[in-house]
Amino acid sequence: MVDLEYLKMSPLKKFWFNLVKFFKGLPAVLLAFFKAIPAKLKNLGKKFLGIFVTIGRAAKNGDWKTRTSFVIMGFGQLARKQWLRGILYLFFEVLFVFFMVFFGWKYLAQMGSLGDLAMYEIEIDEEPFIKYVFVDNSLLILLYSLLTIFVMFCFVYVWYQNIRGNILSQELVEAKQTLPSTKDDLKSYADEQYHKTLLSIPMLGLTVFTILPIIFMIFVAFTNYDKAHMPPAQLFDWCGVENFKTLLGGGLSADSAIFAYTFREVLLWTIVWAFFATFTNYILGIIVAILINRKGIRFKKLWRTVLVMTIAIPQFVSLMLMSQLFKDQGLINNILMQWGWIEKPIKFLSDSSGVLPRITVIVVNIWIGIPFTMLMVSGILMNIPTDLYESARIDGAGPVKSFFKITLPYMLHVTTPYLITQFIGNLNNFNVIFLLTGGEPLVTNMQYAGKTDLLITWLYKLTVNQSQYGLASVIGIFTFIIVAVISLILYNNSKSVKNEEDFM
Amino acid sequence: MAKKFRSKKGVERTTNIVTYIILVAISIIWLIPFVILIIQSFSGDKVGYSIVSFFPKKWSFDNYVTLFTGTKFLKWYGNTLLVSIVVAIVQTLIVLATSYALSRLRFKMRKPLMNLMLILGMFPGFLSMTAVYFILKEMSLTQSLFGLILVYTASTAMQYYICKGFFDTIPKSLDEAARIDGANRHTVFFKIILPLAKPIIIYTILTAVTAPWGEYMFSSFLMLGDPDKFTVAVGMKLWLDREQVNDYFGVFCAAAVIVSIPITALFIWLQRYYVEGVTGGAVKG
Repeated sequence: MVDLEYLKMSPLKKFWFNLVKFFKGLPAVLLAFFKAIPAKLKNLGKKFLGIFVTIGRAAKNGDWKTRTSFVIMGFGQLARKQWLRGILYLFFEVLFVFFMVFFGWKYLAQMGSLGDLAMYEIEIDEEPFIKYVFVDNSLLILLYSLLTIFVMFCFVYVWYQNIRGNILSQELVEAKQTLPSTKDDLKSYADEQYHKTLLSIPMLGLTVFTILPIIFMIFVAFTNYDKAHMPPAQLFDWCGVENFKTLLGGGLSADSAIFAYTFREVLLWTIVWAFFATFTNYILGIIVAILINRKGIRFKKLWRTVLVMTIAIPQFVSLMLMSQLFKDQGLINNILMQWGWIEKPIKFLSDSSGVLPRITVIVVNIWIGIPFTMLMVSGILMNIPTDLYESARIDGAGPVKSFFKITLPYMLHVTTPYLITQFIGNLNNFNVIFLLTGGEPLVTNMQYAGKTDLLITWLYKLTVNQSQYGLASVIGIFTFIIVAVISLILYNNSKSVKNEEDFM
Repeated sequence: MAKKFRSKKGVERTTNIVTYIILVAISIIWLIPFVILIIQSFSGDKVGYSIVSFFPKKWSFDNYVTLFTGTKFLKWYGNTLLVSIVVAIVQTLIVLATSYALSRLRFKMRKPLMNLMLILGMFPGFLSMTAVYFILKEMSLTQSLFGLILVYTASTAMQYYICKGFFDTIPKSLDEAARIDGANRHTVFFKIILPLAKPIIIYTILTAVTAPWGEYMFSSFLMLGDPDKFTVAVGMKLWLDREQVNDYFGVFCAAAVIVSIPITALFIWLQRYYVEGVTGGAVKG
């Protein structure tokens, strides 16, 4: 296709064209990906080889200081008077040995079985004459064995750094150069190694509270951890891909069919919701911003402040209030009935077909979202060259036409990253759904989910109310896959947008 | 010629009038929920199952009296205030440190780290919550405010995007000049970058301070069963349960007003910085 033809297309057509191109190009991309694997492996292999070469060099050329460090970490550093490094390495090794012997090992050994005996009873003399002694806790076994594996990786890395440091120092000494002293080491943490100083705490937090938990939950997806298997009273066990089967249909459990149906429904609605929630906000927000920024409109600051106020008021307050206003006996229905406009309440949130509640949710979300979009686009709107509009008007284009032909394409061009983050944020928009409808209306043919439930609220309910941890994890993994695929497609599109010449 | 000119002006005036009408309508639609909130908070009516009219039949301060004497609201308010202040400080430090490192320092793990955070961000936040809950339980930190602060702040490194985008726009020549003068990277960060980063620091503090006031998902799960440790969002949600809403709707409105006033004031005061942050982050992504 010629560039000119592409540029002539409307934004929607462009998007469609890119989407088709993406899927058509997918096999080629995958092929290229797999073709690149050998080269990447080679690269990785080289890196690994580099590690072994260093270790081998240390073993071959190393003097007694370096060689002792293979067993006693930090020995070489201490012998070369690099006190701080030496003490830290030694301390780390001692800590690791204690950790493995007294803690890590016993959990790691049980990882395959996740425990043999949950608890046993013993008789005691006082009431209630029976006492439970808890033995194995599957949850803790899984959690701590993962932690142990993680710590072991860390140890191997630190051990390698120790060897590498040793041989480098030795070679420096042999070349008659001075080694960095403890003072130099400390200084480098404010300069060459400043990133370590800055990132150590953030990364520690990220590891303990995000990375390890996510890995843990991915493992939980392959277990039967649910209400009937709750540690510490019961054990849970590995069950392979049973949970995935349950959600996709064809699982062994009796609920499988209904779970699969619920999953499909919820998934479909999640995507529909994210699409409408993102684009209604986007387009209407731009229109409101245009209205406010029109030439000749006064009190611009006032209009803007009114909208900003709704951002400032905590979202949960406005959402909960909305849920009260829109309910069957809420203010809106009552006033409409008093005015005689309607006979009986409109079921904004409780219509069991789910259509009206879904529309209400999207409308309320527009109310929530427009101020954000308005704020964000105001500045960008001013950057659109006015002569574009001038020439469009001379050519006879009305305001509607110039909005769709100039404003929207320009905005889409500039704000694609914002749209992508909005779309992904809406896929996981817990607050709006949970505080407004709580996922209701509930229907009998869906399991623990209502007509407006998103994957994330369903995940929340399965975890908090139903203790279906295994299934909840699978939903989380699916959500990840969906988000990843969608962002890949969208980023791919935005790249093709970026590659074309700048707008105009 | 003159006639044509006048008619063009006439069209312009009509469009302006239409625009004003739309803007007034928008303002009313956007403000009316809050007007309702304030009016209902002064209502002396026993609402029964629903609010029947826009204006109450009897005005009173009863809701506010009940709020401060008959409920745990003050406790929840104190909890949320404490959490939000600590979170704001810690989160700002973490975000600034991460952003500076990723924007200005060059190290081997920089790209992998950014990719890692991008991928982690694609997992639904609540997925990790079960595991986090048990980790906190092992540290005896469930149902504690410190635990909640940990949950809110531990992973905030992932929110570096907007701040890094801002740092990227500060010219590198400033750093280089200082480096030539003998400053190390630490000094550059504190003496050169931070003083220039005031707008983004205020933006980060503002978003961090307001977040705990509206967060429901994590705090409700972590504080399950201990009303003394609730944040306002979790506590106030209880008042709207079917069994409670008849007695507590007015109190809910009063509480909402009390919660909203300081945050709204803060927002309107610092509006400029907020807009800068939102706009900057949106375009650079």
